[in-house]
Amino acid sequence: MSTASSRIEDFGRLAQSAFARLSDHEDLGLSFSGEEQNYVRFNQGHVRQATHVDQQRITLDFRRDDRRLVLGFDLSGSFSADQTQLAALIAHARAESQVLPKDPFVTPLKNHGEGHEAHPGTAPSVGTLSNAIFRASSTIDLAGLYAGGVQYRATANSKGTFRSFSSESFFLDHSIYTLNADGENKAVKGLYAGHVFEEDGLHAALAESCEKLPALNRKNRSLPRGSYRVFLAPQAVEALVGMLSWGAVSHGAFQRGECALEGLARGESSLSPLFSLKENFKLGLSPRFTATGAVSPEELLLIEEGQLRTLLIHERTAKEYGLTANGASSGEGLRSPEILTGDLDPADTLKRLGTGIYLGNLHYLNWSERKTARLTGMTRYACFWVEDGEIIAPIKDLRFDESLYRIFGSELEAVTRQSLRLPETDTYQERSLGGSQVPGMLIRDFRFTL
Amino acid sequence: MSSPSLSIDCALGEFDPISALQTVKTEADWIGLRYSSETHHHRSARNGHMESNQVLQSRGVMIEALVGGQIAYAATSNLSPQGINQAARIATEIAQATAKQRRSDLSIQQRPAGVARHEGPSRIPLDQIRLEDFTSHLIQATQRLKVSDAIVTAVAEATLVESVTHYVTSSGADLRQQHLLSYQNFGAIAAEGSETQQRSLNGPTARCLQSGLESFNWDELLDECERTGQEALALLKAENCPDETMDLILSPDQMLLQIHESIGHPLELDRILGDERNYAGWSFVKPEDFGSLQYGSPLMNVVFDPGLSGEFASYAFDDGGAPAKREYLIREGLLIRGLGGLESQSRSGIPGVANFRSSGWNRAPIDRMANINLEPGNSSFEAMLSQVERGVFMQSNRSWSIDDYRNKFQFGCEYAQLIEEGRITRVLKNPNYRGITLPFWHSLAAVGQSDTFRMYGTPYCGKGEPNQMIRVGHASPTCLFKNIEVFGGDR
Repeated sequence: MSTASSRIEDFGRLAQSAFARLSDHEDLGLSFSGEEQNYVRFNQGHVRQATHVDQQRITLDFRRDDRRLVLGFDLSGSFSADQTQLAALIAHARAESQVLPKDPFVTPLKNHGEGHEAHPGTAPSVGTLSNAIFRASSTIDLAGLYAGGVQYRATANSKGTFRSFSSESFFLDHSIYTLNADGENKAVKGLYAGHVFEEDGLHAALAESCEKLPALNRKNRSLPRGSYRVFLAPQAVEALVGMLSWGAVSHGAFQRGECALEGLARGESSLSPLFSLKENFKLGLSPRFTATGAVSPEELLLIEEGQLRTLLIHERTAKEYGLTANGASSGEGLRSPEILTGDLDPADTLKRLGTGIYLGNLHYLNWSERKTARLTGMTRYACFWVEDGEIIAPIKDLRFDESLYRIFGSELEAVTRQSLRLPETDTYQERSLGGSQVPGMLIRDFRFTL
Repeated sequence: MSSPSLSIDCALGEFDPISALQTVKTEADWIGLRYSSETHHHRSARNGHMESNQVLQSRGVMIEALVGGQIAYAATSNLSPQGINQAARIATEIAQATAKQRRSDLSIQQRPAGVARHEGPSRIPLDQIRLEDFTSHLIQATQRLKVSDAIVTAVAEATLVESVTHYVTSSGADLRQQHLLSYQNFGAIAAEGSETQQRSLNGPTARCLQSGLESFNWDELLDECERTGQEALALLKAENCPDETMDLILSPDQMLLQIHESIGHPLELDRILGDERNYAGWSFVKPEDFGSLQYGSPLMNVVFDPGLSGEFASYAFDDGGAPAKREYLIREGLLIRGLGGLESQSRSGIPGVANFRSSGWNRAPIDRMANINLEPGNSSFEAMLSQVERGVFMQSNRSWSIDDYRNKFQFGCEYAQLIEEGRITRVLKNPNYRGITLPFWHSLAAVGQSDTFRMYGTPYCGKGEPNQMIRVGHASPTCLFKNIEVFGGDR
C-alpha cells in the first residue's frame, strides 16, 4: 500500500498548494484517481498482450460566483511541474468564469470532513501469474483478462474535505471454451477475484468453472422463440442490475423524461414484493465519498418489497428540483448495489424451475423501449434447457425482449437465499472500483423474440 | 486581458519523443515509444442554461519492448527520463517473463519504420471563437429545440478534441499525426400525459467529424434544432410502428450502426482469432470465409477508408506504424478482406488493413474499425420509395444490441415514417427491427446514390481487455432492405 499512501499524501500537498492560490469568492474541489496495474490478456491460456499501467489524474472543480468549471490533467510525477500545471488551470478557470453565464444549479462546496479507507492486498508479478495460468489451463481453452495491483481515489476541497480510498486487489475474468457434440463452440464464464492471489485459489476457481463443461458438451437444444419459465443465475441478474444505472434509478433522469422506471417513480406501478434494492457500501468495493467529497449513507434503501423508497439524488439535481441529496454521484448510477435475498434454496433451483431455461449469463443489454423499462439482450455462456429439474442440453442462444416490470415484478416467483458478491471488472480508461451483491431469480414467464 | 476563446491557454509542456527514446537504456531486442496527447473540450447546455464546461487534458507514453518474440507494454504519464526508463524497464521485464507463454511470435516485421508527418483537415481552430459566443449559441440551441412546453428536455452538447500522437521506434519509425475532431449532440425529449419521445439531430452524438469550428454552422444548426423539436412533438401524436414483416428503408444515420455492428465487428481479425472471446465475443466469420463467403447482396460494396477527408477515424498510419490505405472488405457482396493490423495478418494469414489502434496513451493497440463505409449505389431516394408497397423508413439510432458472434441483432430508431404504395404517409413512433446478419445483408435491394451519402461516427466503440473506447467513422447512402421483421412499442 506504500504506493497508494505516498501518492495520496502527494495529492494532499498539491491540493493545499492549489487552495492557497484561490482568491475571495472562489472554491476548489480536487478529485484524484490513480492506479498501478498489470493487465494480462490470455487467449488459449497463452499471453496475448501484457500491459503495465501507471497513471494518476487530477480533476479540478472550480467554483466562482455561481459558475462552475471542470478541468483535468494527468500527473507527470514531478511535483513542481504538476503544481505549475494546477496553478495554470486555476488561472484559466478564473478567466473563463468571468465570461461564462451564471449556472443556477451550482451547489456550494462543503467540508465533508476527513476519512481514509485502505484495503491492502498482494498481487502477483506478471511472471508468476502467467506461469500459474499457463499451467492451470494446459488442458482447457481459456480466454480472459487478469487485472491486478493498486487503485486509489481521493478528494479534497478548499472547505477542508480530505477523503481517500485505496485497494490492492486482482481479478481473473475468464471464459473456458469447448466444442459440443454439434460442433458448436460453447463456453462458461468465471471470475477469480480477491486481495491475495493464491495458486490454489486459481485452480479451485477454474475447476468450479469447468464443472459445467460436461453439460455444455451435449448436443444443442434449439428452442423456438416464445415465452419460457427461466432461472436467472446471479451473473445474469447482475447484468440486469447494471441497466438500472442507465437512468432507471436517477432522479435527474426522471425529471428529464429519461427514467426507465418512471411508472414506479410516479407510484403508478410497482415491482414484486420479493424485490428489494439498496446501495450498500458495507460491501467495501467502492469509496463512499463522491467527487465533491459528499459521503453516501452506508446503506440506502431504494426499492423495498417492490415499492420505490427513493431515487438517487445528486446535489445538483437536489438544487434544481428542490430536493435533498442522498449521496449520489453526479451520474446518479448505482455504485455498490445489493439485491436482497429471498427464500429459494440454491440447491433447489433446478427442481423449482422444473421445465424451462437456466440462464447463466446475459449479453449486450440495451433499452428497447425505455418508457416501459423494456430491454433486449442475448443469452450467453452456460445456458441450459431443463426438464423436470434436470439439465437436458445447452441451448442455442436466444434474444429476449422483456420489461423490468415483469422480470423484477409480476413474473418474479422466487429469489435465492444466497447471493454472490461480484466485483466490477470494467477497465475503461482505468480499472473500475465497485461491484454488486446479487442473488439468483426464478421467473415464471420470460419472452424470447429471436 | 482579451476575452477567452474556446482554446485553452495553459497547454501541456513540450515533449520530444525522439530525444526521450534516445535516453532509454534497455536489454530489449527492440523498443517503441508512442506519445499521445489529447485535450477534450466539452460544453453543454440544457433548457436554457449552461450545464457543463469541461476541459480535460491527457498525455503520456506507451513503451513497447520486444524480447524473444513477445511484445509487452508499459504506460506512464511520468515523462521525465527516469519515468520513461522505468517504463522501458518494466515493459522489458514483462516481455521476458511472458515470452515462453506468448500467444504468437511477434517481430519488428509488425512495426514498419516509416517517417512522416500528417495533419487532419480541420480549417477553423478553437481560438477563432470567443467562449461567451460559443456558449451563447449552445444556450440558444436549447431554446430553439424547445418548440413547445411539451419539450421537457432540450440539450445542446459540443465536444472538440485536439489530438497528437507521435510514434518512434529503435528501428527508425518517426510518425507524428495531429487531428482536431468535433462531436455534436442536440436533442429534445417531449412528454405529454403518459407518452415520452426523444428526437435528436441524427441520433445522440452521431455527428462526429474530423473538423474544427467549421462544423458549427450555427444558422443551419439552429434551424435543425427547431425541426428536431417539431419532430419530437410529432412523435407524441404518432401511432406505434406496426409489428409485421415488411420493407425497410434505413437512413445513413441508422446505417452507421448497422454497418458497425454487423459488418465492422465480425470482420475484426482479432475477434476471429479468439482474442476477444472473454469480452465482446467471437465472430460467425471463419478464417476460410475470406474470398468465398457471399456476405450479402451484390449491391454491397464495403470499404475500409482511412483517407476520406473529414471522416471521424481518418489517419495516415496506425498505432503500429503501418501506412493506412483504402481497401475493399466486401465487393459485390463477396467477403475479401478482414479488419486486422499486421500482428493479426501475420497470425492468421488473412489479408487485412492498417487498423492496429489504441484509445489513448495507456492502452496497447488492438484491431479496431476506423472508417468502414458502404459505397453509394445508383438508386435515388424516390426510386427506392417507389419499390415499396408497404414499408417503413427509419432514421437515427436509439437502441442497439447484437449477439457475441454478431448474428442476431435488434436495433431501434428515434423516428420512422410509414410507406404505402411508394409514398411516405405518416409518422410512426418506437420503430425497431430485428434480424440475422447474413440474411439481412442478402435482403439489400437498393443502395442510394451519392446524393444520399452521409458521414457519421461515434466516439464510443467499446472493445478490448483492458477496455478501450475508440472513435470510428461510418459513411453510407440510404438503403432499402426487403422483408424485414419490424415492430413497435408496447403501447
